[in-house]
Amino acid sequence: MTSRLPVGRAVVLVMFAAYFLVPLYAAVDFTLGGSRRNMGHTLSIWTGLIHQDGFTENLMTSLKIAAVTVVLLLVLMVPTMAWLHLRLPRMRRLVEGICLLPMAIPAVVIANGILGAFKSWPEAITGSWWILVFEYVVLALPFTYRSLDAGLSAIPLATMVEAARSLGASWPVALWRVVVPNIRTAIASAGILGAALALGEFTIAHLLLLDTFPVWTDQAGQQDGEVAITAAMLILFLSWLLLMLVSHLGRGRKAKKPETSGKKQKVGTGR
Amino acid sequence: MSAPSVELVDLSRSFGGVAALDGLDLTVAPGTLTCLLGPSGCGKTTALRIIAGLEHSDRGEVRVGGQDVARVPANKRDMGMVFQSYSLFPNLNALDNVAFGLRMRGWNGARRRTRAGELLELVGLSAHAEKYTHQMSGGQQQRVALARALAVEPRVLLLDEPLSALDAVVRVQLREEIRALQTRLGITTVFVTHDQEEALSISDQVAVMRAGRLEQCAAPAEVYADPATSFVAEFIGTMNRLPGTLSADGATVEVVGRRLKVRDGGSRPGGEVAVLIRPEAVRFEVSETGAATVRQAGFRGPITRVTAVLEDGTEVLSDVPSAGAAELVPGRRADVVLEEAPVLVADR
Repeated sequence: MTSRLPVGRAVVLVMFAAYFLVPLYAAVDFTLGGSRRNMGHTLSIWTGLIHQDGFTENLMTSLKIAAVTVVLLLVLMVPTMAWLHLRLPRMRRLVEGICLLPMAIPAVVIANGILGAFKSWPEAITGSWWILVFEYVVLALPFTYRSLDAGLSAIPLATMVEAARSLGASWPVALWRVVVPNIRTAIASAGILGAALALGEFTIAHLLLLDTFPVWTDQAGQQDGEVAITAAMLILFLSWLLLMLVSHLGRGRKAKKPETSGKKQKVGTGR
Repeated sequence: MSAPSVELVDLSRSFGGVAALDGLDLTVAPGTLTCLLGPSGCGKTTALRIIAGLEHSDRGEVRVGGQDVARVPANKRDMGMVFQSYSLFPNLNALDNVAFGLRMRGWNGARRRTRAGELLELVGLSAHAEKYTHQMSGGQQQRVALARALAVEPRVLLLDEPLSALDAVVRVQLREEIRALQTRLGITTVFVTHDQEEALSISDQVAVMRAGRLEQCAAPAEVYADPATSFVAEFIGTMNRLPGTLSADGATVEVVGRRLKVRDGGSRPGGEVAVLIRPEAVRFEVSETGAATVRQAGFRGPITRVTAVLEDGTEVLSDVPSAGAAELVPGRRADVVLEEAPVLVADR
């Protein structure tokens, strides 16, 4: 091992960090009034943001959309993926292909496709933020598929489910008590990605003439640049907060276990 | 509640046109332990999984206590199952794993913890109740799995090669424990293994399977001493295959200059055959004019396994008491002496 590799890594790391952090720093600095040389840093733009017309209303809409999207996504995909892994492993490629489609199809096409598909549904759904939930569930499929697929592949799913069944658990109970707790991290990351997508999506909401937080940010930003940047930062911090919350939950579970793995007894297993 | 019997009647199952089970008939008496033994792919695991309800049969019946259970789903069959490995729930500690089945049966928290604690004590793991899967050795995990399967007081205990992932010492120890527990609880048990020594040492009855069918089902001593077919004879223990000539009526066979009776005499036409003889039924007598030459003597404690070679190159194995093996050194010529007992013959 030479010391050149770590140096190379450090350089790459610093470059990437700069690429992400400099614009972020500039944006945050801007929202704190740092660009106005005659004034010191101030929170006035942030406090002003909250009092903007439509801020609370649109933020709540977006949070609602994100929450419902995540719930629907997981209720739909966790059992499906578990079933796919257990019973139809040969269909995995096909389903993966289908789930990746939203990445290849332009947002306009998806937006119109879903409108078409839900044409016969009541106006209360097709004309409100509910339609966006269905749009975002579809858009989030690629991330959800990947997360859950990785999580399910990492556990001895078939044996665990069969063990649960032989102990008296019905299918839904085996899924809920055995599968879900053991792919907790995968479910969390699928959820977080879905929420981040739903919180930040602009194109489709705009196309469908619906008011969400990103749409409102765009409109408000046309009159006031500071509001736009500040609102964008807020969305970013919200997503980060969620992310940290989830990773903290994941770690909290492990920390609860007594720390004895260091002095493990002789392990009699050979794979 | 007294233990039920388990009967398999004409059980058949194929996967993609290949028969995994082809008309298996087997009866496990109440409270006894039967090993399903056979080479990999013989259908023993499929049979166990059908009994458990984790697999369905194409034809035939599984009867538990005389009742056909075909329509009973796995979670209602009331059978405890221990898998080959990695079947504990990693999100639960040992105690909660054992308590899982009780929880499914609606026991309240305090009661199921007490019962799970008793079961952990039964398998000698009381001190490890709080441990998670990754903190336990393979042997400990299988003990927990056994406790978990027994906690619900199942009508039948099913074990699918539960020891094959463990190292040799733990394997022997745990199989004795399983047998002791099974005898003590008097639970009807089906144990799948490909390890004949394991099967012989813990079973009331060994069911030797080949290609989805039952070759022989009998007590361990009988399977060893009186194998029903040449497959069983060669699968269980070590067998010499000596070239012989079957008489025209099929009743006797000539082998290394001797004429011996054939079991199931007359069941095949006369001619060239392989004669199956156990190493302990063969003796070597040192003689300058002997037909065999000693090649190797492997000391195994109380006995020594001596390998000699006939003129045509056939190897002959003999287990001799080590005390009398001193003369049988490599290069020494010896006569091959066979025990006077009916022998099995097979195709050469």
